Amino acid sequence: MAVSKKDLQSKILDAYPASVMKNRKKHIIIKDSSEIQEIQANTRTIPGIITNRGCAYAGCKGVVIGPIVDMVHIVHGPIGCSYYAWQTRRNKGVAREGGKSFLEYCFSTDMQESDIVFGGEKKLAKAIDEAVEIFNPRAISISATCPVGLIGDDISAVAKSAQEKYGIPVLSFNCEGYKGVSQSAGHHIANNKLMLEVVGKNDIETKPFSINILGEYNIGGDEWEIARVLHKIGYNIMTTMTGNSTYDEIATAHQADLNLVQCHRSINYIADMIEIKYGAPWMKVNFIGIEAMSKTLRDIAEYFDDDNLKKRTEQVIAEEVAELEDEIAGYKAMCDGKTAILFVGGSRAHHYQGLLSEIGISTVAAGYEFAHRDDYEGRDIIPDIKLDADTRNIEEISVEQDAEKFHLRIPAERIEELKSTVPMSVYKGMITDMPDGSMLIDDLNHFETEVLIKALKPSFFGSGIKDKYAVQKMGVYAKQLHSYDYGGPYAGYRGAVNFARDVVAGMFTPAWQYVLPPWKTQPGLVGKYVEEGEA
Amino acid sequence: MLDQTPSKLSERSALVVNPAKTCQPVGAMYAALGIHNCLPHSHGSQGCCSYHRMHLTRHFRDPIMASTSSFTEGACVFGGKPNLTKGLTNIFEIYDPDVVAINTTCLSETIGDDISDIIRSAKIPEGKVVIHANTPSYVGSHVTGFSNMVKAMVAYLAEDTEVKNSTINIIPGYVEPSDMKEMKRIMRLLDAPYIMFPDTSDVVNAPMTGKYEMYPKGGTKVEEIRKSGSSKATIAMGSFASKDGGYELESKCNIPCHVIKVPMGVKATDDFIMKVLEITGGSVPYELEMERGQLVDLMVDVHNHYHNKRVAIFGDPDIVIAMTELVLSLGMKPVHILTGTPGKDFDKTVEETLQTYGETAEHVKSKGDLMELHQWIKESPVDMIIGNTYGKYIARAEDIPLVRVGWPILDRVGHSYFPLVGYMGAIRMIEKISTAFLDLRDKTCSDEDFELVL
Repeated sequence: MAVSKKDLQSKILDAYPASVMKNRKKHIIIKDSSEIQEIQANTRTIPGIITNRGCAYAGCKGVVIGPIVDMVHIVHGPIGCSYYAWQTRRNKGVAREGGKSFLEYCFSTDMQESDIVFGGEKKLAKAIDEAVEIFNPRAISISATCPVGLIGDDISAVAKSAQEKYGIPVLSFNCEGYKGVSQSAGHHIANNKLMLEVVGKNDIETKPFSINILGEYNIGGDEWEIARVLHKIGYNIMTTMTGNSTYDEIATAHQADLNLVQCHRSINYIADMIEIKYGAPWMKVNFIGIEAMSKTLRDIAEYFDDDNLKKRTEQVIAEEVAELEDEIAGYKAMCDGKTAILFVGGSRAHHYQGLLSEIGISTVAAGYEFAHRDDYEGRDIIPDIKLDADTRNIEEISVEQDAEKFHLRIPAERIEELKSTVPMSVYKGMITDMPDGSMLIDDLNHFETEVLIKALKPSFFGSGIKDKYAVQKMGVYAKQLHSYDYGGPYAGYRGAVNFARDVVAGMFTPAWQYVLPPWKTQPGLVGKYVEEGEA
Repeated sequence: MLDQTPSKLSERSALVVNPAKTCQPVGAMYAALGIHNCLPHSHGSQGCCSYHRMHLTRHFRDPIMASTSSFTEGACVFGGKPNLTKGLTNIFEIYDPDVVAINTTCLSETIGDDISDIIRSAKIPEGKVVIHANTPSYVGSHVTGFSNMVKAMVAYLAEDTEVKNSTINIIPGYVEPSDMKEMKRIMRLLDAPYIMFPDTSDVVNAPMTGKYEMYPKGGTKVEEIRKSGSSKATIAMGSFASKDGGYELESKCNIPCHVIKVPMGVKATDDFIMKVLEITGGSVPYELEMERGQLVDLMVDVHNHYHNKRVAIFGDPDIVIAMTELVLSLGMKPVHILTGTPGKDFDKTVEETLQTYGETAEHVKSKGDLMELHQWIKESPVDMIIGNTYGKYIARAEDIPLVRVGWPILDRVGHSYFPLVGYMGAIRMIEKISTAFLDLRDKTCSDEDFELVL
């Protein structure tokens, strides 16, 4: 590499005003496994820095609650918040037999000046009346936006009285955009409410090998592809939180025998709380990439420890891998030796590294928008994390063992034993999997993006919509790893092939050859110099 | 698709379902991008800024830059002054724009941050400019936000001079960069000196060169906006987006403001040109006359494609008003006409336009939403919907062609390169409408009715 990462780090930091430099220094590290490294994360955003971060409302309604298909999700606020979260995150879903889906809809109280002045509770109550009358949904959610907290609307009181009036669950979320420092606060707020008011409310007859998939939002159909394979092996998926889920399915989550955690950041709270309250343990999984997928399937089979299941697992892995080997090998031949930079929300920057390396692309720098230290450094450091003033106001709830419904799925000794081979209740974080010399950047901003792209000249920049076109203008292929550029699924076996196919198309599209016009690279005069006496 | 929408209309007074508008700051951000070397800044919590950048990016498929004050809970209690002050320092040090154009959100507006005061007390580097517009999200819509930012440009920058020159200020309205470019072309053809602001052409449709320009070539220069105070007249296109800026110039710098429709369709383009001639006393060159003739030729040639077809139109008020007139001039029948933006002027202007053509619509409504529009269509079907991308759900549910017009268009490309204004824009609009009907016919007719020549 032409530029050393240390030089690069200095180049970035030197450009900053002193206070910004001091702050950003702790958010950028270069991996060195010979020492214990600490990254600063989940702290407030620097004003004016051009962050990619969103807000707590986006984390709660946009990410966790919004994908539940049969609820009417009312956003209490002026129109924008509801409008921008309308069909823009590709969490797919369908109505169940005889049920309803509201994913195509956007519901808002559209607060006006008078609501700000006199309060919006009455309008909210009326909006719920109208929603029940017109749509008769299974349940309703209310999400608060910035002004709601300031003017003092009591949305939980409105929710409570509506719940009594109509006899359907009405969940209120105090996810005002200014809470915490990013989307992350919203995840936590959503987790708390789902745990307290939904999980455990629906007991149904259980089947063997019952699992939940937690922190999987069915972007571009990811969950459907994962479920296809899991069903083929013989698992029974109780619920997915929350891609293509329904209220009643989530309410059965306490009955599964194992929780699979895909996105650690957004759902680890519930995974932990279910383990404490109901006794079902969780396992960190990764459905992205062929090897990760196969390893995950083997880990799950190991947990259930059933010979038939293990056999079936190996059969399915063999079948699925055989189907895609040749195609992937072709892509690998094209991409071998190329490099990537990944900057995605709170989990994908880690999960996609394996898949990229399967097609020959190594990740040289990676970062999260809003992950916490445990997502970078692993869960072992959780006791060392100090909550700062900005996140201390996010409610921490604690749950206790449920007297009736708690039961251990497998003996505690067995879990301990499993831990040596299987990631039970553990997540090792992104740093662990990255080679020495890799760069990790938390809350990457526009300036740093530009410097990184120019210095590292990657072939692939995996990020979001806001930086995609800026990076492409620099001549580097930028793939959206939030929306998948409207493709997908990218999870599971078939997803891996879809991803590889799209990446190759993006890197090798002929248009890149035409970025420089011929008159910039070729001499304008056509003709040759003729020696005297010739011709 | 949209299976939960009942065909029977029920009155709603509190719940908005599938809005036909969004909130102010995104419009202000778009307007600010129409200033050269300007960085829009959102004074609120950062979620707004990200959403607004995302939405504009999805429409234009181009980088949309903006910074934010990134409020935390503490700032909500103690005010956002430190956030904005620090933000401005960082912006100028790291990103070096010539102008920062601040918009506000429902958060900072509810708190009551005094932006002018914060700007006054901030350290602004020599030669740099900071302007602001108050853009409370709980008032009006994104169009209001655009209008407020245009007004702020005038309030902060336009300089009143005793002596006026022959320049005409053009406030183009909330339209595509291609439309702004087309309006400028028409002004040049009319030999009329102009200052257009804001002007997003060559900003939000920048070229690929292999080099990223944070502040692209386009955008109105601050110097030009300053000079707009010395012009002879202002033409404000579309009353919702441009009137307030125009009137601000009138009261601040004593420049007469002429509010006209966004020049979409033959009639509104004629009015635009006549207005310019009235101000300049000039004449129309053959090139424009030829374009007009080509347009009318096309209108006569293919009237059978769309004559008497029933159409629903929705979107931003100025665009819907212009489109209503355009389809009337083609002999179509606009039956459901809706905007999400509040404002009585909308209903009045649409009704007047309908009357001119001896038509009445079944519904004309401002402050409406797309669920209501869908229910009207279920009750009284139409042959075509004209509106933005969100119309595709209704179009699919009811099996009606959608012609994409307005903002945002999130699911088709190229729209920001071709105008809908002027005679050329009207020609393109006819092509879009005709093609939509003919594609439908080719797809649905029986084999024996399938024809080579249409």
